[in-house]
Amino acid sequence: MRQYANVITAYAIMIGLIILVGIFQSWSIALSILNFCLISAVMTMGANIQWGYAGLINFGIMGYTALGGLAAVLVSVPPVREAWQVGGLNIILCVGIIALIAFGVRYVLKNFIKSNKRTIGVGLIIVFGLIILRLVSETAIESIEAVNPAKTGFLGGLGLPIIFSWIVGAFFAGALAYIIGKVALGLRADYLAIATLLISEIVIAVIKHEDWLTRGVKNVIGLNRPVPYEIDLQSAEWFIILVAKWNSGTLNLISDITEKKVLLSQLVIDASSVYVKLCYTGLFTIVVISLLIITQKALYSPWGRMMRAIRDNEEAANAMGKNVIKQHLLIFILGSAIVGIAGAMMVTHDGLFTPGSYRPMRYTFLIWVMVIVGGSGNNFGAILGGFAVWFLWIEAAPIALFFINLFTSGLPETHSLKLHLLNSVPYFRYLMMGLGLLLIMRYRPKGIIPEKIKHI
Amino acid sequence: MDFLNALILLLNYIFVPALAYGSQLALGAIFVTLIYGILRFANFATGDMMSFGTMVAILFTWYFQSLGISLGVLPTALLAIPLAIVFMIIYMLTIDKFVFSYYRVKKSPPVQLAMVSIGVMFITQAIVRIIIGPFDRRFFDGEKFIMKANQFKEITGLNEGLAIKSTQVLTIIITMIAVSILFWFLNKTKTGKSMRAYSDNEDLALLSGIDPKRVVMITWIIAGILATIGGVLYGLDKSFKPFTYFNNMLPIFAAAIVGGIGNPFGAFLGGYVIAFSEILITYAYKKFFMYILPESMEPNTLIQLLSTDYKFAVSFTILVIVLLFRPSGIFKGKVL
Repeated sequence: MRQYANVITAYAIMIGLIILVGIFQSWSIALSILNFCLISAVMTMGANIQWGYAGLINFGIMGYTALGGLAAVLVSVPPVREAWQVGGLNIILCVGIIALIAFGVRYVLKNFIKSNKRTIGVGLIIVFGLIILRLVSETAIESIEAVNPAKTGFLGGLGLPIIFSWIVGAFFAGALAYIIGKVALGLRADYLAIATLLISEIVIAVIKHEDWLTRGVKNVIGLNRPVPYEIDLQSAEWFIILVAKWNSGTLNLISDITEKKVLLSQLVIDASSVYVKLCYTGLFTIVVISLLIITQKALYSPWGRMMRAIRDNEEAANAMGKNVIKQHLLIFILGSAIVGIAGAMMVTHDGLFTPGSYRPMRYTFLIWVMVIVGGSGNNFGAILGGFAVWFLWIEAAPIALFFINLFTSGLPETHSLKLHLLNSVPYFRYLMMGLGLLLIMRYRPKGIIPEKIKHI
Repeated sequence: MDFLNALILLLNYIFVPALAYGSQLALGAIFVTLIYGILRFANFATGDMMSFGTMVAILFTWYFQSLGISLGVLPTALLAIPLAIVFMIIYMLTIDKFVFSYYRVKKSPPVQLAMVSIGVMFITQAIVRIIIGPFDRRFFDGEKFIMKANQFKEITGLNEGLAIKSTQVLTIIITMIAVSILFWFLNKTKTGKSMRAYSDNEDLALLSGIDPKRVVMITWIIAGILATIGGVLYGLDKSFKPFTYFNNMLPIFAAAIVGGIGNPFGAFLGGYVIAFSEILITYAYKKFFMYILPESMEPNTLIQLLSTDYKFAVSFTILVIVLLFRPSGIFKGKVL
């Protein structure tokens, strides 16, 4: 038990901070921070599997998150029949053409020896394939995007419950990771970082501009939910009774009936948003805990030991007969799939998909700060990193405000420096993240909760 | 006549803008490549360091403008560049002293240094946004055009105009001067040679009495000069916005790697490769074909290979292709 003391204290402090937010700000804010902490925790677990277990550096987290979000849209939105009628056939044809190109290239690469002729042949297949693809798709895309552009203008999805998208998102991200891994995993660490960063930008560019598939920057809003809507709760009898019972102490103090009713309706409105968020918290906690159990089991299995061996000494592991390339690819796919789940979870929580909001600062580098701060190679550390950094990211503004007021308390209210600083409060979060990262890397390079390896 | 028109069209919309954009990228790419070659890590704070230098230049430009100092037809910002460079170098050396030198002495793996540079990126971004804000700023003054499209049409009597912005010419001229001085410095002076030796083989360089501290300091100074000039020229030509500068890091990296990372000449050419391919592939050639093809064959679509939305994606695709088939870049990298 003693060895877990620091883990337990760290988590207790974290939960205590969130409860403090609940008491001093509001429970609704505290719960939404908690929900995003849980989502961040899933993302960090994905990145941690790649970086902590295998030493693979992946700066493409943003791309997988966005693909997970896309999965949420494609699963949950009802199909747009009109769009399928005008362009569906051609789009299916395009998918066929892409498959043909891929198989053609593969066939040529497999069956001919390496030569200039083969390279030219592959190039020709790709170029001609793209030209045909362009011709087939152009009219279809135009007509799909013309279908009621203010509301749809895209093919829509399958119309299934959104919760399935968490699995589909994992598959999407895994598939992308397979392609990227095949292409880029042979590169040296820092090249891999740059390559994945750039590839994730390409993914975002495609999602942003292929309106027929994703609606692009027009956003998809009003996705269905796995949890009840506030408005239904507010009129549900059982919920009102529940709230009345919960708050019976305060309600009993008021004798006037109309006043009591007003207060009760206010309480019901507050409680409904808290209830919805609690439902999300429950769902997300299930995901985090089951992932934690799986990853923890994997870490201490023979497979986990092999991964650490590969990470610590690639040549030696290779000499022992471990297939390093294959294992790297596998772990790259697994980690990315977990990030894909997180992306789908996030879109589910928000209920909207905004491709324009995917920025590398927020979705790649911040996640990396979480992994490094928490402790790479240790799942508990990674989750704690996700919690702590997200908490700081959200609460940075109030903290910065407090310090600015403290340091400029001698200045008059209208002093230009003070006003300028107060206007730039949101940017202090970057400063805190940077300082936090640098301090942790300097003085505690293994993170808050360092990796522990059990030696048997 | 039609042929001339087509030629001017390409010059106006492809060649001149690509040359200016390429020069801006080239300066950034040499900055990346120098840091990579000598300090041996990928600097993710590149874009934000450039925006820091530009920010200082803008602040000085505003100060000069408030004093009524100007350069006439030339933008006032040129006057601010030397002062901005001084601030930039001080900033870089401070960061190196407090952040990077610790890991360099410890001989940490390059990945760790890259991670540290992400911390620097966050901090620099915060400083820039706190001081000047995240908004779009234009700080160009002076004469905007050297040649206006209408003037050109009048002089030559052609249908197509050729507009040359003074910032484009300035960019190209200043880049050429800066890069030639840099190559002269690296190849001809003793300090430059010691830098190249250090980049080639650190241990041998130390054995032959080269002072590593001095090499590192000079690298940061050169990097500061390049980053500031590149940033200010980009800001003059387009506009200054911290987020755009952060994003510019990506094509700059692409340029450095395409040219062979660690090789300044490669990075210089890489900048143009990226700029030209971005603009060539996303340009709509309809009008061009209308001039050179007979009327019966006129195209009825835009003849655009990729929509302009994919401008960035083009450079990244080139990068991925280069990484796959020639990971060392077009010119062999790793040695200055």
